[in-house]
Amino acid sequence: MKDKIFRLVLFVAALVILLLAAGIVYALVNRSVEAFGEYGTWGFISNAEWDPRSATEEYGALSFVMGTLYTAFFSLLLCIPFALAVALFNGEYFKGSGFSSFVSSIVDLLAGIPSIVYGLWGFYTVRPIVIEMGVNAQGFGIFLSSVVLSIMIIPYASSLSAEFLSMVPNKLKEGAYSLGATRLEVVRHISLPTAASGIVASFILALGRALGETMAVTMLIGNTNRIPQGLRDTGNTMASVIANQFGESDGLKLSALIAIGLLLFIITALINLAAKMVMKKLARI
Amino acid sequence: MESVKITNGKSPILQLKAVSGSYSPGSYAVNRVTTDIYANTITAIMGPSGCGKSTLLRAINRMHDLYPHIKTTGEIILKGKNVLAMDPMEVRRMAGMVFQQPNPFPTMSIYDNVLAGYKLNDIRLKKREKDDIVEQSLQSVGLWDEVKEVMTKRGSFLSGGQQQRLCIARALALNPEILLMDEPTSALDPISTNKIEELLLQLKEEFTIIIVTHNMSQAARISDNSMFMYLGELVEHENTTQMFTKPQNKRTEEYLTGVFG
Repeated sequence: MKDKIFRLVLFVAALVILLLAAGIVYALVNRSVEAFGEYGTWGFISNAEWDPRSATEEYGALSFVMGTLYTAFFSLLLCIPFALAVALFNGEYFKGSGFSSFVSSIVDLLAGIPSIVYGLWGFYTVRPIVIEMGVNAQGFGIFLSSVVLSIMIIPYASSLSAEFLSMVPNKLKEGAYSLGATRLEVVRHISLPTAASGIVASFILALGRALGETMAVTMLIGNTNRIPQGLRDTGNTMASVIANQFGESDGLKLSALIAIGLLLFIITALINLAAKMVMKKLARI
Repeated sequence: MESVKITNGKSPILQLKAVSGSYSPGSYAVNRVTTDIYANTITAIMGPSGCGKSTLLRAINRMHDLYPHIKTTGEIILKGKNVLAMDPMEVRRMAGMVFQQPNPFPTMSIYDNVLAGYKLNDIRLKKREKDDIVEQSLQSVGLWDEVKEVMTKRGSFLSGGQQQRLCIARALALNPEILLMDEPTSALDPISTNKIEELLLQLKEEFTIIIVTHNMSQAARISDNSMFMYLGELVEHENTTQMFTKPQNKRTEEYLTGVFG
């Protein structure tokens, strides 16, 4: 009897979660219908115009989609060497040592720092450096937000990558050493290729984080509503435009923002799905 | 420990002089082993688990260097060179190793697995040379006819016994002075085991083989000489027939007759 009740409770809890998820999607779809209806789904996505003046009102998502892709991919590119280095440090070179667990807990700590704190740090510490570097006059833009974003996503990419690297069977590494390979050669030819799909999956997950990251980016990207002309330019991401404008919006503009939210939701869901599929392939080893 | 000697008129290819191996300071898994190994022989190292036979084998190709807490002392002379003073990578290319578990590299094809030693060491070869090495190495382990049509498939696609022969071919491809085998058939079925044993008897024409085994009948079937180790010490190193019929030491006799093991 108790067993039955317990199972019922679990079932209900699971059902509630499912309903909640469905409810969120429903609410997003329901409230974005107005914008999609006005411009058509593709028309909305492919339009770079964002003009809230009531006389010439027109909304499209392209500027923000592009801004999101620029920042997410540039930050991913910046984070790869560092995340990979940390992963190799923890998952291969100093695997299981006290020093490695110290380093990995520090890296995990990076993941725990609130986004707004990164934003503040980026605003007051990194921005002057970016100005000094001569990237642009104000410092704000794709470059600044990508730099800060890349530090924010390192822990996500590195801890999972380290996990996959440490799973590479010792018998393979010993086999390679017994053929006269150096440590670097073992890492390059055995450890990295064997863990490759897991490493790729962890970077895809980190990309998912970068796509959705809001607060720090909103504070650093410059908030201009047009397609960024390169890394030095300012822009807006899908997340930052919503954060910036939802408070002063209603009607069609609000619907357009919610439609951007729905698009962002779909993109990140697809990214996570891709990571899962890559990881499934890993079951081989 | 008295030095144990086998002589058959030739000079030894491998000499162990007071070789010790230790996992923690003050305790020895291998304790001052001194003996000679001659070319083109199969030497079996026997003994109960924990007697130090694998530790001794792995000292020869400096595998212990991978684990900083393991210390090897003494002198190991391979083809006149002091192994412990050499670059470990060079030692390992001179002494091929085959492990208990077949370990072909799952990210490489069968073809690349045979050439793994070259690829790992960044030694560039012409296509012709590669093809020759692959064919020759696979021929010598009797795998060529079985895999020549599936050369691009992954090494892990083969059966356990084939994988182990692939690993032997991979070691042979570097043309080592000596082949170290750590219970190479203990994870295999009897038919695959039998194939590997036959193979070793052929290979000793060209190579010198040291095989760690806990299977006494295997030692009796294939080895020329046998070493019996107990509690880290080399108790007896003798011609195999001699050891199995008239062991010199009481411990050896007790082990061979199953009093302990």
